[in-house]
Amino acid sequence: MSDIDYADKGGLLNPLKSLLFFARKPVTESLDPRPASANYRGFHLNDWELCIGCSTCQKVCDNAAITMVRVPGLPEDPAKGIRNLRPAIDYGRCCWCALCVDLCPTGSIALSREYVHTCVDSELGSYFVLPDSKGIHGAPYPKGWAKSEDADLVALERQPMAEAVPEVRIDNFEEIVAGYDPNQAIIEASRCVQCGMCHDACPTHMHAPEYIRAIWKGDLEGAVREIYRTNPFAHTCGRVCTHRCETACSVGHRGTPIAIRWLKRYAMDAVSPERVKAIAAEGKAEFVTGKRVAIVGAGPAGLTAAYDLVKEGHEVTVFEAQAEAGGMTRYGIPYYRLPAAMLDRDVDVITSLGVRIQFGTRVGKDVTMQQLQSEHDAVVLTIGLWMGRSTRVPGADHKKVARAVDLLRDVAAGVKITVPRSAVVIGGGNVAMDIARTLARLQKQKYGDVQVTLTALEDLDHFLADPDEIKESLEEGIQILDARGPQEILVEKTKAKGLRTWRVLSIFDEQGRFAPTYDESDEQIHPGEMVVEAIGQAADVELLGEELKESLEWNRGRLKVDEHGRTNLDWLWAAGDMVRGPDVVSAVADGHRVAASINEYLSVREKAA
Amino acid sequence: MRPENYEARRHPPSHEYELNIGPNHPGIEGNYAFKLRLHGDRVIEGRADAGYLHRGFEKLMEGRLWIQNLAITPRICVPDPAPMEVSYVLAVEDLCGLEVPVRAQWLRVLQLELSRIAAHLFTFGGHAATTGMYTPMFWGVADRDLILDLFEEMCGGRVYSIYNIPGGVRRDLPEGFIERVAKTMDYIESRLPDYDNLLFTNQVFVKRARDCGPIDQQQALEWGVTGPNLRACGLQFDVRRDDPYLVYDQIDFEVPTEQAGDALARALVRRSELKQSIRIVRQVLAHLPQIPGPIRCPIPNPLAWNVPAGSTYTRVESSKGELAWYVVSNGSERPYRTHVRGPSQMHAVQVLEKLSVGCRIEDVAQIMFSLDACPPEVDR
Repeated sequence: MSDIDYADKGGLLNPLKSLLFFARKPVTESLDPRPASANYRGFHLNDWELCIGCSTCQKVCDNAAITMVRVPGLPEDPAKGIRNLRPAIDYGRCCWCALCVDLCPTGSIALSREYVHTCVDSELGSYFVLPDSKGIHGAPYPKGWAKSEDADLVALERQPMAEAVPEVRIDNFEEIVAGYDPNQAIIEASRCVQCGMCHDACPTHMHAPEYIRAIWKGDLEGAVREIYRTNPFAHTCGRVCTHRCETACSVGHRGTPIAIRWLKRYAMDAVSPERVKAIAAEGKAEFVTGKRVAIVGAGPAGLTAAYDLVKEGHEVTVFEAQAEAGGMTRYGIPYYRLPAAMLDRDVDVITSLGVRIQFGTRVGKDVTMQQLQSEHDAVVLTIGLWMGRSTRVPGADHKKVARAVDLLRDVAAGVKITVPRSAVVIGGGNVAMDIARTLARLQKQKYGDVQVTLTALEDLDHFLADPDEIKESLEEGIQILDARGPQEILVEKTKAKGLRTWRVLSIFDEQGRFAPTYDESDEQIHPGEMVVEAIGQAADVELLGEELKESLEWNRGRLKVDEHGRTNLDWLWAAGDMVRGPDVVSAVADGHRVAASINEYLSVREKAA
Repeated sequence: MRPENYEARRHPPSHEYELNIGPNHPGIEGNYAFKLRLHGDRVIEGRADAGYLHRGFEKLMEGRLWIQNLAITPRICVPDPAPMEVSYVLAVEDLCGLEVPVRAQWLRVLQLELSRIAAHLFTFGGHAATTGMYTPMFWGVADRDLILDLFEEMCGGRVYSIYNIPGGVRRDLPEGFIERVAKTMDYIESRLPDYDNLLFTNQVFVKRARDCGPIDQQQALEWGVTGPNLRACGLQFDVRRDDPYLVYDQIDFEVPTEQAGDALARALVRRSELKQSIRIVRQVLAHLPQIPGPIRCPIPNPLAWNVPAGSTYTRVESSKGELAWYVVSNGSERPYRTHVRGPSQMHAVQVLEKLSVGCRIEDVAQIMFSLDACPPEVDR
């Protein structure tokens, strides 16, 4: 069986064979120093330009060899998902497995082709290294083990979201996005590396890593609990949030970011409204403080503040001019993006905690600010931005020229509007898309086809609207004309005829001020029976009354507030779109901010008395 | 490891004395003690005393993510790390139901067989050293280094390759690697006659090794002997052939045996296995170019990876015998329990204790090395 027949080979002369080795190259010879092989796992290299300080390397490190160290000179920008943290390696612990390389979301870490580090006793600190692209010894050794497609452990691809196709959705206001099924949600949640960039970027600092992890574990109530720690507008934000979290997501640097918004929506939809109410009520004060707070406007900022204050034991009354709560989320966002039933769920949770909303009460008309002040310990203004701005081009004051906010509100409230056969929308933001798509649906219902033209100053690459909105608008047959500046709205006695535009050469001047320049030779006329302006909104502050307006401080037309949302009057706070600009999640964050400030104010006053 | 080793013992009769071999001893692959009771130079009793290399890996693994354990597994047995890695990932794959791409399976076989060659070169060199012959050891270690060069290129690490990952392997082969492996195989094959002359037919070695520490078939089965030690007793069992894993069922190789069951027979089985492993590597090299990627199936994010609940026992044939992981998952991100079935546990404790009785003091180290017992794997 054996390859050698050892019994016969033994002999007296055998040892002499070894003399032959004098003529051969030695087996054990010393080698010249050489760089390690191309895949070698040597010392760490870290490209500081690419590294975002997400600390995923630290999380996957088997040996806790990585410490994230703050490097003050480096840029830090939570909105872009960049921290000035960089990994420092303890080579007394590192085992050179290179999992940090394979799981690095950006691909900044690599290992070098360097073999040796040694030192005398007094230099033992040299084993603790903050590597940059030059590695441990500052000498440029080539990259060894680096990110490769083979070895990448980051799941770059997002789970696809099912959406209604344009033919199905164009003639109705049914929700477009279908939502994840449980399997998709778990897979999507599993992509998260728990870096917390989303948490830092979110205006209200939602605990996204925690609720994503809870979804992954199948603990949906746990996810809802995490969501309600910071956001009582969870159904709303799960659908229409501007998702700055996803912009900051570290996985998004090389792939598609985690669908954080859709995951929130999934968790909220999956838990019954009764359980959500029970979870939201956890931690509610068991006492009443006897303090009364009035909130003007039942939008996201006002209701969030109400939610927080009621949980602290204060009595909160919200005064709302409309017939239903939600503010701009109900009357500004079309139902195909945010169904009213879902908004109702958010509002129900808040009212179930004891927040009282007086509908149909217009402050300034039905009740004055002075009354509110005298009957309450604190008052919050969350009146939103309800006045559409006008382009003020010739013809803009014609009655067939509408403001987007007014139209959207009427459609949402069920007020019958005259659906124009053709329409031109001025503006390139999300509100412009909302009104264009709303008109398109109404036209499709009434006339069977879509004749909506949207013109914006910006070119398509710089549109303010979400790319998804632009894509879906085009799919729905809306004509989008970019870089067009409105010059005149063409009107006859009772009818609008269209819009005359010039091509935009530039929008801002050298100082960054708004000063559009046009190519007058490129003139177009866009015919339309209705022209809609969607170029921004302002707050309608008439309700304050002249006296109050005079005593308040203003900053370029906006109410001036401190960092807690408090005005210069000690009983009055302001929050939401009217101070932050239009954004649901910023409004929620603002609501928390003023609630905390008011709670502190009310508590302090208690002690002093 | 054993309480009785630390208890005060009755004073031995005046004609007996005690001797510690290890925990530092050139005849032992790692830190491992063997306590002998001697009468003259005859061993009356041998007591294995492990624990000097205990790092608590099995327990440690319960606290780490499934993927973080990859870095621990090869450290269990330093001279032959590949089987540890492969059997662990096979266990995880079995629990997860992952389909490993064919190319990855062939790459794993390549790694396993290269590792086996390296381990055997190391072992017979060490075996020779225990009989006072140091040249084979230098040669064995020098030639093993050529394999480590290949590992450096293929896996990124010379010793702890950490090449496998549940679902496949971490890297494809570098450019021109197949030719370089082929060249190294040719060289090692050309060295076999030298080794034969220097060691396997060298009467100094043959006469020392023959009849040293014999095991008969009955004993081998009772004591849980596996691998080359089992085959040296004439029992032809090899996990690769009899319970094939990866693509071993598509590979042509023989399972060499010897009959005598002594130290010489064990050395000769390893010598024959060197040739078989070279044969397997050549088949892999011939196959690989025709097998397209990928080298890994899609796997979840390692930071969020629950392995389905269950338990599994995955065995492979290491250079030292049957090596297996028993892995239990309770469906969480970390193993609930892992246990290594290492061949050295049997060989270095119960077999060595039995074989050493009655032999002469100078043969104890040889018996241990001929069993190819690996102390870090006993302790783990």
